[in-house]
Amino acid sequence: MNYQPVIGLEVHCQLKTKSKLFCACSTEFGLPANSNICPVCTGQPGVLPVLNKKAVEYAIRTAIALNCKTAQQSIFARKNYFYPDLPKNYQISQYEMPLAEDGYLEILNAENAEISRIPRKKRIGIQRVHLEEDAGKLLHAVGSQELDYSLVDFNRTGIPLLEIVSAPEINSPEEAYFYLQTLKMNLQYLDVSDCDMEKGSLRCDGNVSVVAEPSNLELERKVAGSGKKLGVKTEIKNMNSFKALKEALSYEINRQIEVLESGGKIVQETRLWDADRGITQSMRSKEYAHDYRYFPEPDLVPLILSIDHDLREENFVAEIKKNLPELPAQRKERFIKEYQLSEYDAGVVTAEKKLADYYEDTVKKLQVTGFKLQIVAKTIANWITTELLGKLNAEKKAIIDSPIKPEDLAGLIKLIQEGTISGKIAKTVFEEMYNTGKKAEKIVQEKGLVQLTDEKEIAKIIEGVLRENETIVREYKAGKERALGALVGAVMKKTQGRANPQLVNKILEEKLRSC
Amino acid sequence: MGIYELSAKELGEKIKKKEISSEEVVNAFYKRIEEIEKKIHSFITLTKEEAIKQAKIVDEKIRKNEPVGELAGIPIAIKDNLCIQRIRTTCGSKILENYFAPYDATVIEKLRKADAIFVGKTNMDEFAMGSSTETSYFGLTRNPQNLEYIPGGSSGGSASAVAAKEIPFALGSDTGGSIRQPASCCGIVGLKPTYGRVSRYGLVAFASSLDQIGPLARDVYDCALLLKIISGYDEKDSTSINLPVPDFSQGLQGLKGLQGIKVGLPKEYFIEGIEPEVEKAVKEAAKVLAELGAEIIEISLPHTEYAVATYYLIAPSEASANLARYDGVRYGYRSTFNVQRSTLEEVYERTRGEGFGVEVKRRIMLGTYALSAGYYDAYYLKALKVRTLIKKDFDEAFKKVEVILTPTAPTPAFKLGEKLDDPLKMYLSDIFTISANLAGIPGISIPCGYTGGGIHLPIGLQILGKPFTEETVLKVAYAYEQTMNGKRITDNDK
Repeated sequence: MNYQPVIGLEVHCQLKTKSKLFCACSTEFGLPANSNICPVCTGQPGVLPVLNKKAVEYAIRTAIALNCKTAQQSIFARKNYFYPDLPKNYQISQYEMPLAEDGYLEILNAENAEISRIPRKKRIGIQRVHLEEDAGKLLHAVGSQELDYSLVDFNRTGIPLLEIVSAPEINSPEEAYFYLQTLKMNLQYLDVSDCDMEKGSLRCDGNVSVVAEPSNLELERKVAGSGKKLGVKTEIKNMNSFKALKEALSYEINRQIEVLESGGKIVQETRLWDADRGITQSMRSKEYAHDYRYFPEPDLVPLILSIDHDLREENFVAEIKKNLPELPAQRKERFIKEYQLSEYDAGVVTAEKKLADYYEDTVKKLQVTGFKLQIVAKTIANWITTELLGKLNAEKKAIIDSPIKPEDLAGLIKLIQEGTISGKIAKTVFEEMYNTGKKAEKIVQEKGLVQLTDEKEIAKIIEGVLRENETIVREYKAGKERALGALVGAVMKKTQGRANPQLVNKILEEKLRSC
Repeated sequence: MGIYELSAKELGEKIKKKEISSEEVVNAFYKRIEEIEKKIHSFITLTKEEAIKQAKIVDEKIRKNEPVGELAGIPIAIKDNLCIQRIRTTCGSKILENYFAPYDATVIEKLRKADAIFVGKTNMDEFAMGSSTETSYFGLTRNPQNLEYIPGGSSGGSASAVAAKEIPFALGSDTGGSIRQPASCCGIVGLKPTYGRVSRYGLVAFASSLDQIGPLARDVYDCALLLKIISGYDEKDSTSINLPVPDFSQGLQGLKGLQGIKVGLPKEYFIEGIEPEVEKAVKEAAKVLAELGAEIIEISLPHTEYAVATYYLIAPSEASANLARYDGVRYGYRSTFNVQRSTLEEVYERTRGEGFGVEVKRRIMLGTYALSAGYYDAYYLKALKVRTLIKKDFDEAFKKVEVILTPTAPTPAFKLGEKLDDPLKMYLSDIFTISANLAGIPGISIPCGYTGGGIHLPIGLQILGKPFTEETVLKVAYAYEQTMNGKRITDNDK
């Protein structure tokens, strides 16, 4: 039987506010253990939380970008469970009346794209977006030394976390991967989170089940429309990278199918992904599931987000909506229209906000020097997608770490466009720029790489080449047109590639005709 | 007359006029404490050294004619669930026996600014859970009016210290009557402000939606004086309300009669179970108010009978979460039982099992149960709905009257040990005070007589007001007190 996987993802991302969600402590990462703490975030007796307005703003900004309905009034709740990384032994989270509900994220289902070459858009529902506080970190070892006790670091305690819960509408590990990528891209464009999975500022849990697929696709669509029955699900935790996400989901889907095929039943439980062994393992079953005893947080008042009927009040949500930054999908569309980039190039260049910024900075720098947009836009995209990203990716560097800044790349392209250097030389100059950080102009001057455009001089060199390669000339005249390439090559070799290729071609052809 | 006999108002005036130094005053109160503390046991911690140091600083400021705060040099006692930096805050519990707060509560900051002198931390029911101060890990407190009787609770130490003149005034906290009921038991004045009037930052939480800090004093004026200092919006407490704070004590001066004031007597408060002497004293008080020009109107608060049940779902539910932090991980008591071989669960269970007393454990279990999956709707949620009804009762009543007059407690103080083994009986001590916490309204308890038959225990009169009308509540109380002065049987200061 065929099975369709049904996946819902629960994503947590740390918001990059300056201070924590309920106290004034800094959110800075990587400080010495327990140096970023106060009575509030260590849960001293008598302290009270005070909500960080910026965190709410970031959360609402995200919710709007995810097409959610924001609540007019939202409340916080206490989620009760004992654990040493949780100072109050309850987490201030949201349960009823979250900040926002019922949105969607559009992803490009690139799995299909590979087959049809046309990416298929798919909307993944977003069930809810809510704010909560992060917990601390437990250390069970110092370096490689295992401890027979545990240490706790409360620096992370109280950092604002945004929880984004998708609907169970993801149908493959690949789709889950693209969903998380797209979500990450949006969060970065919104400038609300660093989304660094390695640092734990982006985390993801998954709910996985499989359903036997009806053979008739039409039937399936009908059923989907009327609320298809889901199989028993398992919750997968500890997927700490994009790779882990794909592998863990694939493993779990196959495991569930195997269980069902062999006549077994799926047990509702929480399972941990073990990346070293490549398997998911049962952590706790439903009987041992926590009863979190949620109840409204009495130390915080209800959050009034928008008052539609009272014009005197500032409308918090409307204000955020008005100032919403451009999102990746919008930017890609704009790049296609404004710069006439291909869908592919626009996709690559806008995949990261900083990269798209880099691209547009370079465009602007060149426009200032008087170049027409249509001429340079595509050239810049080519240099970035092939040369620059090739280099950076090989060294696992981000665009902001590029030794070549937008104005430098603009300088290089300017030299090419003005005909000062040839495209071939430009690649050598680019290498040099990347390795030394020097400007293109300086490298060209220092190494005497200025393009040879003096026709008389080129003619003189060509005459020499023709004399030295009489055999090839004869072959050419005998009709072997490819022999021309060898002659061009010889000229370029003599000029160390500096000769203007168009002029070389033109003069060479003239000379060959006349001799 | 000894220094300790003077009211806070009188002490403040004398200190400012340099008739007496703060150091003399503080020493006089410590001498008084040394004399009678053995009998009464109002305090868990005394901070004499620090207090004398602070008094000297204030004296120096006054000597140099530098500006000083409104309570300059006046000693004050603080209930031991309010955090004072570097001073032990036990909440009357073994689990916080050696907890030293790393910060000042907002009310403490305000008192520091007013140049008040902190004399010590007063005894209380463990985590403010109780009505007799008998559940304190540090031993019981006796009622200065009669040593065989309880001082009330949970702010029993603050009430007894004020009544025994160990201190001119004190701070307490009131979740279901914990200021008003001990004030009633000890024959002093105690006020629970409107929820949100005083910042709770630094008050060790029992039930967050009900807790309020308030003053206990020997008379209404001192009560008003202290209320003004501690009131006001605090950005550290999101539930505090940003409203101007009236000069409560100033408002009392030159008060003439109660003409035009409508006073409600709720019929549901004069029912079976109330002691006849209490009912009589309160009805007499109503007559006094009527003589002062007030109009007495019978009103109804129909949901009164559900108040105790509602309270004993909401308060323990919140407490079950509020008290979860006492786990022995970061501070406070940690069980030493076989630590090396214990699991995490065992450390929690042992620590909390050994660190909390019986009543606290009972309420944590109650609350945990009420919030559990499958029970939440039937208990906690239902209680919230009834709470709204109780609030509506008051809203309706306050359309007809400015204040409501009730007994503070159905009985005067009871004997030590009398109700300790019967929690339900103990819970009924707060039957008349709980509603004010559920509705968030202000209430004061003032003495309105003594029981006869040779036992001679004070009876408390409760005056409840609309939210943020402490001024009105204080005025009615003050007018009554002024009228009764002289007529009142003097308390037996033994």
